[in-house]
Amino acid sequence: MLETASPLYDDLIPGGSHWSFIMRRGHVLRLIDETGHANVGMLMYNPENPLERYNMPDTLKNQHTFKLTRGHVLLSDMGRVFASIIRDDLGWHDTVSGTCNAELVAHRWGRKTYQQAHNQYHRNGLSSFLNELAKYGLGKKDLTANLNWFSRVKTDDAGNMTYVSDHSHAGATVDLRFEMDTIVVLHTCPHPLDSAADYPSHPLRYQLFRASPVTDADPCKTSSPEATRAFANTALYHLMP
Amino acid sequence: MIKESALNPETASFRETVPAGEYFLKVVQAGETLRILDLEGNQAADTLFYNAHNPTERYSVTDTLRAQGNVYLTAGSRLMSSENNVMLEITADTCGRHDTLGGACAAESNTTRYALEKKCMHACRDSWLVAVTEHEELGMTKRDITHNINFFMNVPVTADGGLTFADGISDAGKYVEMEARMDVLVMISNCPQLNNPCNGWNPTPIEVLVWS
Repeated sequence: MLETASPLYDDLIPGGSHWSFIMRRGHVLRLIDETGHANVGMLMYNPENPLERYNMPDTLKNQHTFKLTRGHVLLSDMGRVFASIIRDDLGWHDTVSGTCNAELVAHRWGRKTYQQAHNQYHRNGLSSFLNELAKYGLGKKDLTANLNWFSRVKTDDAGNMTYVSDHSHAGATVDLRFEMDTIVVLHTCPHPLDSAADYPSHPLRYQLFRASPVTDADPCKTSSPEATRAFANTALYHLMP
Repeated sequence: MIKESALNPETASFRETVPAGEYFLKVVQAGETLRILDLEGNQAADTLFYNAHNPTERYSVTDTLRAQGNVYLTAGSRLMSSENNVMLEITADTCGRHDTLGGACAAESNTTRYALEKKCMHACRDSWLVAVTEHEELGMTKRDITHNINFFMNVPVTADGGLTFADGISDAGKYVEMEARMDVLVMISNCPQLNNPCNGWNPTPIEVLVWS
């Protein structure tokens, strides 16, 4: 259905940038890797109570997974579902590697200031998150393990992590259906394990759609008993006046 | 990696037994060595670290994993802060592997992982929230409760992206030891988890030792 529907909103965020907005429940956020090789760092908070935020350990251990893909739900620390992954063209997204900081970007790709490069200056993910978080009265204490959409980091038996450099391609799409109102904070700065020679700067196209109603047979809701219970907690939250 | 310590518990400057379900809070100075000892085996010590002078800087799972390029902690691991500074380095480990991906139990995560009715069971996040509310001088709140290390827990990641909770690899008398590289506030919840077999449904005490 979403394949043919016209988006309610369509926007492009340049590479190496940051932005944030509130997603309302019952809507879909479509993320599109416009040119390939994108990385999109993301954090999520409850606008009614920002102490409720995306929780990487709860998301992974509830679903017995190290990677995120279609069928998984993104959990808050309060046992509720911020969003369900209802489409994924790639099969693997990272949520354990964190984000690049100023030192890492300067070390790997050189420091490029605004004075030198204007809006092509080398932003980093950590500063980008803090810049957006401040708009909601949030700060360093609210940082948590983030999502890295379109990026894959695999491990071997000894736990060694490897960044897969050719993972995403132009047009790769992820659809997130929001089950709660959510502050979405994002950046298009490089993945912290990307070793590309030049500062990776890849834009994100994002679109908003109205979601179809969530039925009891919804694949994300029934993907695991843990997800079913998280949906029950979310439904209870919405009963509260 | 198994690496034994040369330190003698008899010469420790500090020793305290922490019963299951209790919290432990102490500042360890730069240069001091901290040991967490699994007294009876298969216990999890859920641990957070903060810069003792500015708790806004705290242990970061993502910075630690990225810095060492590995998802497990053991001897040689450097525990990194949210400001990308080394907080502590693991200098001895007789367990061989510790988890930092699984997070801590909370009333709310118990509802999703086990059953909605489990919400009133005591959990690690409760212990930490008690710790910060009983120590207002620290100026800490739930905002400061973040991702932790589960010392003595084994949570293997598979090559195809799975996450499994394996039997404990710890045993009575196993320990992990780390040297502080900055003055750190150590906050442990000695796990009270009763819903999974990681501790044989029998949470047990740990001992914390410090050498100056």
